Amino acid sequence: MTIQLAIENLTKLYPTGEGVRNIDINVRQGEMVTLLGPSGCGKTTVLRSVGGFVDPSGGDIKITNQSVLHLPPEKRPTAMVFQSYNLWPHMTIYDNLAFSLKIRKKRKEEIKQKVSWALDLVRLPGVEKKYPAELSGGQQQRVALARALLLEPKLLLLDEPFSALDAKLRHELREELREIQARQQLTMLFVTHDQEEALSISDRIVVMNAGEIEQIGTPKEIYDQPSSLFVAEFIGKMNFLSGLAEGSHVKIGSLQFPTIEQLYGPITACVRPEDIVLAGAEGIEAKIDKIMMLGHYAEATLHTLFGKVKMFIGREEMERLQLHDSIKIQFSKIHVFKGTKIHNHTREEIVC
Amino acid sequence: MWYIKSVKKGKIIEFVILILFCIFFLGPLLNLLLLAFSGKWQYPAKLPSSWSLEWWSFVLSDDEVLHSILLSFVIAIVVTLVSIIICIPAAYAFARIQFPLRRMFLFSFLLTNAFPKMGLYVSIGVLFYQFDLMNTFIGIVLIHIINTLMFMTWIPSAAFKNVHKAQEESAQDAGASPFRVFWHITLPMAAPGIVVASIFTFLSSLDEAQGTLLVGIPDFKTMPVIMYSIIADYPSTAGAVFSIILTLPTIILLLAARRFVGADALASGFNMK
Repeated sequence: MTIQLAIENLTKLYPTGEGVRNIDINVRQGEMVTLLGPSGCGKTTVLRSVGGFVDPSGGDIKITNQSVLHLPPEKRPTAMVFQSYNLWPHMTIYDNLAFSLKIRKKRKEEIKQKVSWALDLVRLPGVEKKYPAELSGGQQQRVALARALLLEPKLLLLDEPFSALDAKLRHELREELREIQARQQLTMLFVTHDQEEALSISDRIVVMNAGEIEQIGTPKEIYDQPSSLFVAEFIGKMNFLSGLAEGSHVKIGSLQFPTIEQLYGPITACVRPEDIVLAGAEGIEAKIDKIMMLGHYAEATLHTLFGKVKMFIGREEMERLQLHDSIKIQFSKIHVFKGTKIHNHTREEIVC
Repeated sequence: MWYIKSVKKGKIIEFVILILFCIFFLGPLLNLLLLAFSGKWQYPAKLPSSWSLEWWSFVLSDDEVLHSILLSFVIAIVVTLVSIIICIPAAYAFARIQFPLRRMFLFSFLLTNAFPKMGLYVSIGVLFYQFDLMNTFIGIVLIHIINTLMFMTWIPSAAFKNVHKAQEESAQDAGASPFRVFWHITLPMAAPGIVVASIFTFLSSLDEAQGTLLVGIPDFKTMPVIMYSIIADYPSTAGAVFSIILTLPTIILLLAARRFVGADALASGFNMK
């Protein structure tokens, strides 16, 4: 696979001291890579640097092995879809889409044919004569996508394109985008703060925090083997338990777990709710505090010696468990990180 | 009657206020209209006792009057064009560029409206004498522009600000050079605000009397200046005829531009940001 986009040692510092440092990302041809992180983590800065709207302070950006750093946005082989305000309200959809083609001096029949091709692709045939204000938010984003596709970019940049839409529409467009991407063999760099979105559509995810890359990996890698406490906290649901590491094992309260990391001192152990399972007599004492029905599974909040933990219960078990029941649980898998949890926000807060 | 019937009960007070409002605004205009076409109209009579176009033919056959109408329009057009050339780039800069003391500069446009006009004009007059601008066309245009700077900068500036950065950026992304982006995206999107401001500029130049009187006398007599002397020297009918001539362009322009002229376009123009 050839490398379509190479970001090498990119640095951009703003006068306020914020910015991004030492960013290295490679995107292969036909790949969809997501930049994921909380707001202010610098993901948009990276994306806009690639698009040419931000001047990096250092590093290089290569598209198909050619540096594009000296090129203004209009000369770069990229196309960008913004979060909102993509379309020009004084032009019809046709004119919006034909804008770039007219600049490139295409013949009229060709423009016509390409515009209707692009609208077919985003499943909006026949809206050429309408004005953007006559379309819904989701339709406008589709048109914006169509316009970006008409640029025939070597790299498509998407800056939280669906975050202004409601949940259902977001899911729909996500799927469609993935389909179009696969069909057109598009290379994409996608920015989002929504970890669910990132997990569901990416080939690989770049998790960013405070201007630096925390982890790069496939959605599965990021979910199953978070490389830092931040990633563990940001991706998916997670329980945090504080404990003490003593070389070959960690102690969480009275429990002992073997580790291979050889850590010493205070640690945080992370357990996914699905990795908490019902156990026999030797398990940990827990009391069911709350059960939230979430469709094909339920989320139970348990009171234990280590504080509150959340676990998922499947359909069959749901029948057997009652509120305020005492049960025994055990952890089938834990992740151990050095230090204590600093960020105190829950995942829900980050998503909003 | 159907109208009164269609008014709901609770709305009676609103309806009465509306009527009062109409009388208050349209009454004088109606009176003016009657007066302009009247031949004889003595006090107790509710309507003119005879109708005539006598004063219309007087006003419209007077060379000086005709010349003043022409001059007024020429000045208003020149003032509008010059204001656009000066103020649109300034408005764009205020909207898009963060420079030091930006707010202070924007606010300074209000200053000319903060002082009594006549005092301002007299001190400007002193300067104009030194630069030989008294009794010149350029002098009049300059003094009109002083009044129009504020509209012409504030309103288009707000209009430019309403064009989102992403809209300009996506045009650039589509391959348009910065000039093309401005010409095809930013300017057309800000056009309603610019049209509104231009209409105000045109009308305020057409109605400007004080400054013109001071700077343009004796050679440059515009419509409002002539009107002063007509009202003083002739019966009120002549003044009425003249007022209508002076009001017509306002009404025609506002009707033509009512698509653009909205409270929001104005309100956003007077937002200090």
